[in-house]
Amino acid sequence: METLERVLGEHPFFEGLEAPYVQLLVGCATNVRFERGALLFREGDEANQFYIIRRGTVALTVFVPQRGPVTVGTVGDGEILGWTWLIPPYHWHFTARAEGLTRAIALDAKCLRTKCEEDRVLGYELLKRFAHILEQRLHATRLQLLDLYGSRA
Amino acid sequence: MGSTPHVGDAVVVECGDLRLLMEALRARGFLVVGPTIRDGAIVYDELASPAQLPAGFTDVQEGGGYRLAKRTDDALFGYAVGPHSWKRYLHPPARRLWRARRAAGGFEVLPEGGEPQRYAFLGVRACELHAIAIQDKVFLQGQYVDPHYRSRRENVFLVAVNCGQAGGTCFCASMGTGPRATQGFDLGMTEVAERSRHHFLVEVGSPAGAEVLREVPQREAGAEERGAADRAAAAAAARMGRTLDTRDIRDLLQGNPDHRRWDEVADRCLTCGNCTMVCPTCFCTTVEDVTDLTGEQAERWRRWDSCFTLAFSYIHGGNIRATAKARYRQWMTHKLSTWIDQFGTSGCVGCGRCITWCPVAIDITEEVQAIRAGDRAAPPSAQRADHGDA
Amino acid sequence: MPPVPADPMVPRSCRVERARRETADTFTLALEAPPGDGGFAFAPGQFNMLWVFGVGEVPVSISGDPTEPGAVVHTVRMVGAVTRAMGQLARGDVVGVRGPFGSHWPVEAAAGNDVLIVAGGIGLAPLRAAVYQLLASRERYGKIALLYGARTPADILYRRELRRWRARSDLEVAVTVDRGMGGWRGNVGVVTAFIPRVSLDPSNTVAMVCGPEVMMRYAVREILRRGVAAHRIHLSMERNMQCAIGLCGHCQYGPTFVCREGPVFGYPRVEDLMALWEI
Repeated sequence: METLERVLGEHPFFEGLEAPYVQLLVGCATNVRFERGALLFREGDEANQFYIIRRGTVALTVFVPQRGPVTVGTVGDGEILGWTWLIPPYHWHFTARAEGLTRAIALDAKCLRTKCEEDRVLGYELLKRFAHILEQRLHATRLQLLDLYGSRA
Repeated sequence: MGSTPHVGDAVVVECGDLRLLMEALRARGFLVVGPTIRDGAIVYDELASPAQLPAGFTDVQEGGGYRLAKRTDDALFGYAVGPHSWKRYLHPPARRLWRARRAAGGFEVLPEGGEPQRYAFLGVRACELHAIAIQDKVFLQGQYVDPHYRSRRENVFLVAVNCGQAGGTCFCASMGTGPRATQGFDLGMTEVAERSRHHFLVEVGSPAGAEVLREVPQREAGAEERGAADRAAAAAAARMGRTLDTRDIRDLLQGNPDHRRWDEVADRCLTCGNCTMVCPTCFCTTVEDVTDLTGEQAERWRRWDSCFTLAFSYIHGGNIRATAKARYRQWMTHKLSTWIDQFGTSGCVGCGRCITWCPVAIDITEEVQAIRAGDRAAPPSAQRADHGDA
Repeated sequence: MPPVPADPMVPRSCRVERARRETADTFTLALEAPPGDGGFAFAPGQFNMLWVFGVGEVPVSISGDPTEPGAVVHTVRMVGAVTRAMGQLARGDVVGVRGPFGSHWPVEAAAGNDVLIVAGGIGLAPLRAAVYQLLASRERYGKIALLYGARTPADILYRRELRRWRARSDLEVAVTVDRGMGGWRGNVGVVTAFIPRVSLDPSNTVAMVCGPEVMMRYAVREILRRGVAAHRIHLSMERNMQCAIGLCGHCQYGPTFVCREGPVFGYPRVEDLMALWEI
């Protein structure tokens, strides 16, 4: 518990979040570990957690018939994985797979959803932070789509 | 002929003796080039005799318009400037840089040989002297010197002729490049063509000029005659076709890249590149590598190029300046503004050629005025590249 | 022995010592100077003009080790007639070389600093030369991080070298691709995503960035956000280059000539220009 408190308290993602809220999050948090190849969640599953990756790389994949699982993005050390828990109908869009041994902190999103409804301030604080994640992902996706390194020769 | 004139002296040469000046130049191995009428314009070409000069003709110039008209006198140099400039001789439109042929161990480069061409320019306007000086800065004073330009430039003899009138699109007074030719010439002439007399006041600008002048009949200039050059310049300065306000022009143009005027001029500009061809200071060239059919001989040529061409700014993937707006903006900003950053002077000498020879009469002085009027009046920041994420 | 030509528009005749295909559209050429010719001293970030007899001439960044004498190395991407012809060259063939030209990465000036290198696509080529020079005097620098983004795993350049560098404890290497492929277990995403997380002291960091202009713009934004001062960020710009000696006018970028004031620029010099369209 102590370690979780330190990690969450010091993580830039939660910077500025008042202590009681940090405590609340700690209460929803557990250390988890995934072996190489393990799936954190599957496309279509209910999104009931989100993760802070402490160490490792998680691939977000989509299964394309005839191509197999295609990785559309990866999330690495210190990054946040999973924002779908905030947006109805709360079903994962992608399948997440650990590319190597991955240690993470899982947060109980189902529990947090209820708490956010009850305490709108908490809800707004979390939504603000996840909006930033969404912006980053959208921006990155657009840059990837631009295929800047592609040749037009 | 009296004693050798000295630099700074002024003498009078009768019009009829001009041919002796030309002969003296030819005798020293110079190829005399100067104004002559061809295809309805006064162009620069090789001159064998003064009979080829455009005696009695002047030019009538306006935005997008040029025609010749008869004068009431027989002045040999009674015009402003035509579509040619002296850069066609110092910085020729096409120049082979070297040839190469396949050889054991790869290839062998055969440098261009031959004696450098020695030109005598007869009839260089004050603005043109400045244009030559501007190109000197480009080709001779950078980290890399252009050996082709240098060899021609070192061997050129300049006979300037002062303007007694301004052309319809001239604005040398605004640019500080005329009408009076004050330096940079070997001989500086002012023509006095009146009913009772037709002579040239000739000012000696260099030892080479003094030496050539020895072979031309001359007499000392009287007090009234000496004033001819200044009187001519005053007459020309008083009737300039255009003016260009050069105050803070460097910052004005670089500070207004999104001015709506660029869009407006782009609607008119055909990107034909005429302005760059006639401009006496435009120097852009393309490096062209060619080979013969056998593939055994290769040549590298340098040819005039224009920033108005679409491919001018091509890098793999596309053209940087794809629109006419971007290309016009590049040309004008370079000419009047970034040239100062690069070479320490304006790139424009106010000769007015770009105005005269533009098919749609775009007027650089008018464009500056319009941008000044709406300084910083840019369209909304939608044009800025790092506008926030949509 | 042909002497070094005095005319900067005349190429020197240089033999291909080594030609290696790096990826489907990119190859590396090592060229040796003629004996007695004076060699190929260059600074990382500079470029040569490479000429294929009868085809044409193109600017190519030097991607080799400036501290190693001998053959000068270039990595070339096949994007047109000349580069495709160059891609057919083999050991023993001859290439015309003019150069080196242009400004260079401030490797020496960065001594005492952490160094952040961000490369996108073929942009890794001129930065590799900088990495070589940094590693040759490793003790002079603090942390060194190389962030590299490629199109797909098949487009990753210098694989062996990256592996060697990644194995070093005194160099942080992060590689990502825009698009994964079967079997790729590494990062997928934009290279700029590494910047917020890389370990460095922003107040004492020099950043060197090279890649497509869009990628550089966003990378600089992230680097500034980390707190690195603008004047400590350096980019390599690209424009149409023909004479490479500042006389043909093609490479003008605002008031600068990329062949002369660039290709490496300090960010403050190009900040305003990069915000403009079609400049």
